[in-house]
Amino acid sequence: MTLLICVFAAILFTFKWYQRKDDSMLLGVPCVCFWGASLMWLGDAIFGYAEDGAAFFEPEAAEMLNDAYLGLSVVALGMILWLVILLIKDPKGIVKASLKKKAE
Amino acid sequence: MACFLVTAAEAIVVTAAAKIVKKNERSAESLKLEKKAETETTHENKLPWSRKLMILASLLWGGAFLLCYEHIWHGEVVPFFPFLTAMNDPGDTAEMLHEMSTVGVTMALIVTVVWAIMMFAADKIMARPDPEPVEAAA
Repeated sequence: MTLLICVFAAILFTFKWYQRKDDSMLLGVPCVCFWGASLMWLGDAIFGYAEDGAAFFEPEAAEMLNDAYLGLSVVALGMILWLVILLIKDPKGIVKASLKKKAE
Repeated sequence: MACFLVTAAEAIVVTAAAKIVKKNERSAESLKLEKKAETETTHENKLPWSRKLMILASLLWGGAFLLCYEHIWHGEVVPFFPFLTAMNDPGDTAEMLHEMSTVGVTMALIVTVVWAIMMFAADKIMARPDPEPVEAAA
């Protein structure tokens, strides 16, 4: 479930990255972040499948819910990371302009 | 248990390599500028190696960061010494090392292989002639 949620986030951000008009939103950051994590969880899933066989695809409801909760919080954390990088790099100069305005 | 440490270690090595390659590319570029007349008309149709390596490093850092969070979630990483709960017991430590050498290495390999395919495709796309602008339908 965590892998699935992360893959959906990666696809969504890649789609937005392809649609972008310029690089001012740094959409490449969440793309690589979620794709990197998805590929790593894929490796984990391969070992899980090798160990449990078909049972790997039939998790308990409570386990699935916990994994979904984890997946959503992973997406939230990835987006927070993107936001922090965006505000620090400030490609449009919005943060700088806002700070200058307040200092005046 | 600590499989993300393998990808984090690879990320450190790749980031360092990318920085060195970028430095070398810069000095090579300044040499090229001296031969301005020859290079003025040449067209870059391949991604520079430093950028390719930075993409791999970003994939590895991003993934390792989110996987680290997953390990915190499962109580395998803690914010106090020795940081990995598996380090408290020799049996768990052996299991952790086994997991790192199997799952961790597989993760790093998957990311690296996918990145290699991506970069091969990127070079092919860069070599294509620029697409004609799409005209609005009449």
